[in-house]
Amino acid sequence: MTINEKQDEIIEDFDLFDDQLDKTQYIIDIGKKLPPMPVQFQTDENLIRGCQSKVWLHSEMRGDTVHFEADSEPTAQISKGLVSLLIRILSNEKAEDIANADLYFIDRIGLSNLVTSRRAGGLASMIQQMKQFSAAQAGKNRTTEQPTL
Amino acid sequence: MQTATHEILDIEAIRRDFPILDQVVNGRQLVYFDNAATTQKPLPVLHALTRYYEGYNANIHRGIHTLAEKATSAFEASRRAIQQFLNAAHVEEIIFTYGTTDGINLVAQTYGRRFLKEGDEIIITTMEHHSNIVPWQMLCEEKGCILKVIPIDDKGDLILEEYEKLLSERTKFVSAVHVSNAMGTINPVKFLIEKAHAVGAKVLIDGAQASSHIDIDVQALDADFYVFSAHKLYGPTGMGVLYGKRDILNAMPPWRGGGEMIKEVTFEKTTYNDLPYKFEAGTPNIADVIAVYAALEYIETLGKKKIADYEHSLLNYATEALESIDGLRIIGQSAEKISVVSFVLDGIHHQDTGVILDQQGIAVRTGHHCTQPLMRRFNLTGTTRASFAVYNTKEEIDRLVQGLLRVKKMML
Repeated sequence: MTINEKQDEIIEDFDLFDDQLDKTQYIIDIGKKLPPMPVQFQTDENLIRGCQSKVWLHSEMRGDTVHFEADSEPTAQISKGLVSLLIRILSNEKAEDIANADLYFIDRIGLSNLVTSRRAGGLASMIQQMKQFSAAQAGKNRTTEQPTL
Repeated sequence: MQTATHEILDIEAIRRDFPILDQVVNGRQLVYFDNAATTQKPLPVLHALTRYYEGYNANIHRGIHTLAEKATSAFEASRRAIQQFLNAAHVEEIIFTYGTTDGINLVAQTYGRRFLKEGDEIIITTMEHHSNIVPWQMLCEEKGCILKVIPIDDKGDLILEEYEKLLSERTKFVSAVHVSNAMGTINPVKFLIEKAHAVGAKVLIDGAQASSHIDIDVQALDADFYVFSAHKLYGPTGMGVLYGKRDILNAMPPWRGGGEMIKEVTFEKTTYNDLPYKFEAGTPNIADVIAVYAALEYIETLGKKKIADYEHSLLNYATEALESIDGLRIIGQSAEKISVVSFVLDGIHHQDTGVILDQQGIAVRTGHHCTQPLMRRFNLTGTTRASFAVYNTKEEIDRLVQGLLRVKKMML
């Protein structure tokens, strides 16, 4: 599945809910399904900056695709759900595709209010970190540039 | 007795004075419990702002035309109103600032830089807001002063015996918060001031959280400096007050240089203006200073005692209701508190609590509340804080309780 196909699938899932609380519940439940991250990856270097809660993101190349793993401190369930959503969409994709991805699902599932503010676990920072890693891997010198969301 | 007095306040009528409260947020009627961050503004304050801009916007003091005269007179009327509000001895002891932080920095940068020297000790408390920590750390770095901190107990009260142990002839300044923004604890500031004065130290009281809840009498307290912000007492943002004793303010050098703060300027030498203008360089925040008059008048019309009694009844109601929630722990259990309830929920991140409450139309604050050392004292990264103002109701507290039960249901 392409990044966009995966986004469309998530949009479809969220379309089942009218209520923001139900959407949040869905995000929390997705987080609960995230496989645990090896403890050695829970380093300060892997901490996502700009989160009120602790979220670790580990990125590595596997063949020609980027593989992401993440976890959060146990209580931070919304952040964990958000990073899980991103992993579902972006993990195991080509670096260049991740760097150039237009993550339109955020708007469509009504999360855009969480992207710009510090409120919900630094979603913007998560995306930025994933894209920066991928851009660097794709050989593009875009590390200082603000990636498009 | 409390019931008898607060029944006089017509909360429904008061709520009509705050049009912002009547709105739907995320599909539900707004419950605004972030009053310790900033209170909402009643119509008289909003009207004062528009009346100024629509009717007599002009730069003050130097203009000879009618609008300038009218603006100047309203501006100075606010100064007199604040003098009364604080029971200051002299009107020129009231310096307008941009807020509490600005006032503390002014004192640190003028009094501190002029009168403190290497080895002098400055005492603050564990429960200070960062704005009453960092300016003193900056001063300590520059001058080689030493920062000492009064510890607190598990209830969130200052340990006064430890304070007395910290005091010595080396203590030159004490800067303490009147009311903790993160816990609501009301500190015994009169005691702190008396003891500091006994060793010859000057005292600044940060009244940001106290000003809208507690009667303040700077003369009875014998405070050397008292600072607060208008926006936490139903007034506009960007406007604050520094009270200082006249003799001390006179001895302090000015801070910012510019227009208004001078008597005469030549390229060789400038002479400075008298108080309070010496500390008010540049065009001040005229509109907001004028509007604070309306805020003080509003508080006075309702009656500060009645407001305090009513808020106290909300605090008691909320404390009892929240304590009934399994796994909820209130941080800050002092017997002397204003209407602030800070809490943590077992196994749930405060940020998640805040997001899910917001989705139910309930505005609270989550995080460290700019008091990271205090959070560390309790081994926390943050709390959820609900803070009440005169327009809040018990029904809204019920909504908070229901909201928190929903949070628990979703998370656990």
